[in-house]
Amino acid sequence: MSVRITIDGKEYKAGDGATLVDVAADNGVYIPTLCYKRGKPCLGTCRTCSVRVNGNVMAACTVPVADGMEVEVNEPEVANMRKMLVELLFSEGNHNCPSCEKSGRCELQAVGYELEMMVSRFPYRFPVRPREHAAKHIWLERDRCIFCQRCVQFIRDRETGQKIFSIDHRGSHASIEIDVKLADRMPPEQVREAARLCPVGCILEKGVGYDQPIGKRKFEIKSIRERALERERQ
Amino acid sequence: MQANIETILEYYNLDKTRLMDILWEVQQQQGFVSSEAVEALSKGLNMSSHDIRETLTFYHFFLDGPSGKHKIYLADTVIARMCGYAEVRAALEQACGCAFGAVDESGAFGLYDTNCIGLSDQEPAMMVDEVVFTRLTPEKVKDIITRLRQGASAEEVANPDRKDRRDAAYVDTLTSDNIRVRGPVFFKAGRDYPALLAQVLELLPDEVIEEVSLSGIRGRGGAGFPTGLKWRLGRDAEGEEKYVICNADEGEPGTFKDRVLLTRSPGDVLLGVIIAAWAIGSRQGIIYLRAEYWYLKEYLEQQIQAFHDAGLLGKQILGRDFDFDIRIQMGAGAYVCGDETALIESCEGKRGTPRIKPPYPIQQGYLGMPTCVNNVETFAAISRILEQGGAWFSAMGTDESTGTRLLSVSGDCEHPGIYETEWGITLDEVLKMAGAKEPMAVQVSGPSGECVSAEQDGSRLFCYSDLSCNGSLMIFDQSRNLLDIVENFLRFFVDESCGICVPCRVGGVNLYHKIRLINAGRGSSKDLDDIRSWGSLMRETSRCGLGTTAAKPLLTTLEKFSELYQQKMARPEGVLLASFDLEGALQGHEQARRTLVQEEKQ
Repeated sequence: MSVRITIDGKEYKAGDGATLVDVAADNGVYIPTLCYKRGKPCLGTCRTCSVRVNGNVMAACTVPVADGMEVEVNEPEVANMRKMLVELLFSEGNHNCPSCEKSGRCELQAVGYELEMMVSRFPYRFPVRPREHAAKHIWLERDRCIFCQRCVQFIRDRETGQKIFSIDHRGSHASIEIDVKLADRMPPEQVREAARLCPVGCILEKGVGYDQPIGKRKFEIKSIRERALERERQ
Repeated sequence: MQANIETILEYYNLDKTRLMDILWEVQQQQGFVSSEAVEALSKGLNMSSHDIRETLTFYHFFLDGPSGKHKIYLADTVIARMCGYAEVRAALEQACGCAFGAVDESGAFGLYDTNCIGLSDQEPAMMVDEVVFTRLTPEKVKDIITRLRQGASAEEVANPDRKDRRDAAYVDTLTSDNIRVRGPVFFKAGRDYPALLAQVLELLPDEVIEEVSLSGIRGRGGAGFPTGLKWRLGRDAEGEEKYVICNADEGEPGTFKDRVLLTRSPGDVLLGVIIAAWAIGSRQGIIYLRAEYWYLKEYLEQQIQAFHDAGLLGKQILGRDFDFDIRIQMGAGAYVCGDETALIESCEGKRGTPRIKPPYPIQQGYLGMPTCVNNVETFAAISRILEQGGAWFSAMGTDESTGTRLLSVSGDCEHPGIYETEWGITLDEVLKMAGAKEPMAVQVSGPSGECVSAEQDGSRLFCYSDLSCNGSLMIFDQSRNLLDIVENFLRFFVDESCGICVPCRVGGVNLYHKIRLINAGRGSSKDLDDIRSWGSLMRETSRCGLGTTAAKPLLTTLEKFSELYQQKMARPEGVLLASFDLEGALQGHEQARRTLVQEEKQ
């Protein structure tokens, strides 16, 4: 069944119950995301896709569309909120793009550019979180983790289905962890999958880094906005 | 040790959804949950050891290292701080010979801070192992620690007459109920539960739901969702199983009415849960009891047993084709589990992380099945609604807030305790009843609620459209430093944030730093603007009620008591901004230099 919704005053048709962030992308309206991965279950952790739905601010990745829904994406106040959320993340961790292996391929950096963020309005914390090197093929730069939960939910031990990545503690004391025994069983392509899935430069593959020249990196060839909008029209 | 863990795992049928209970049993047997224990659990439950640790490290009362033979948790609340908390804390450190956050040399005592433990009417209060001590003084603390040193157990000290833990007398030995004003709904003595349930089971489930809808009762946990509608949705929801959960995770600072209901009227609550089960078609219920109320557990289990013995629980209840049972799920110290979806995650053995909605629990809740979660007080009220009729209940209160509710009153008043009040009562009337003297401010609904002015807001009404109180009411008189209280509330939210979403995890800390800056006399009007803007971001974009309300202590006091902030504003002299800490800034440079030099050496 198809329903009608409006986004920023323009009317669109969509499948009933489809996810708002996908519907918007399919219709050429870009809503930035960091934790959401199309085709995978919604995580709803970063809130970067916050939009106004019938007057209330909601994370677009958590909203199933319904007939008559009125959505505001580019209204300045809610657009500013999305930018603030991205700035919060930049201030919470240590995101020094020029020296980061993930630079040019980092979704946080790409969304920062997309939202024209120049500097975070929030005080930088400069956290000191110990790196985790114990696994053979993979390591964690913990002070870049944005706790999106992608690795926790989507990367599992292929034999047992157990969690390889996990979060210890809670709130501002939370810490990303890796089960070394299980990590050492990850086949090379799963290691790469985990590193690619990480939206920032927290999960890294050992032995590679800075392997693509500046100017030819993922989001330099094609912006995160273009990728979000284009992939779905194919 | 391994053998013990295997026994525990067997008892729970290797069921990973019972991880909370499993961790509690390991901790009770071994003092804490060691990494060896985590390994053993990991093997038994087919979970990675870090997956076990996700749950273990989420909850305040689970311990993953040696933490003292006696674990002492002193409640650090704004009310305790008004009643001699600082002296008691110092006395504890002296008597135990260690600082808070540490274990003494002999390993006998571990001292820890904790948030409100539901005893605001008898602060200062602390938990020691599985019991509580209230109305503490430095002398009392000294005596308790001396007795423990001599080898007595905490329970022997708290319960010198050896009252049976299964009796109300035991709970009364540890705590007072302080019921000040009784009303038509709660705390009725001598109710005939078998007769009442028989009367309810004469009705069809749909008729029960209609009666509940007619009463107009709305959820007493705070959100105020119409209970009749929730039950209707639960009845209509499709699922192989359906569950009823009683939310007894009374974590809002300042509230303690559920503790008193569970102490004085556990039968009302159980009956309400059974009625819900009949209405929606459930065979299994859970009471999610906060760990701070351990001392109620055996008493409540005894009450559940008594219901079994009377044929009100179990198979073929009162001879009908109706099977229903209730188990108690202990929490482990997480305010966020008061959120119904976080509570369900916790019941499934996981971190208390609020779920994404939709789906709502009434469609997909515990183990993915339709689940009806209601507050302790809601269930108790419903047991009376089905006795007296929905119309009887809805005749009380106001049109949109029917019936009566319990207020837990604490702070600067002569009679802290429980008040049953009809909705529609004014703030002035409540303050008068409680014997408040020179009140300045009233915190309605705890930190997540609203701070109102006794002077300006006295005529406001308690009802869902005005002061929609969740039961917590803290009174502060003219002598109190309100901004210190705000700081304490902000710290509370930082402590309790689960961290799953960005605005609450990061924004909460930023706001806490702002109020500290202001209290240090270094705030400027720019900081007040930031508070408004950042607070609004948290309210709009957070994932659950904790994040959406965490800025309220600041925002509501800014509105009602802006002069207090103005008095605290820095009057900068010279060219530097008041918030700029020159010395601090230079120190940072020096520290960074030293760290870099060290790293280079390594």
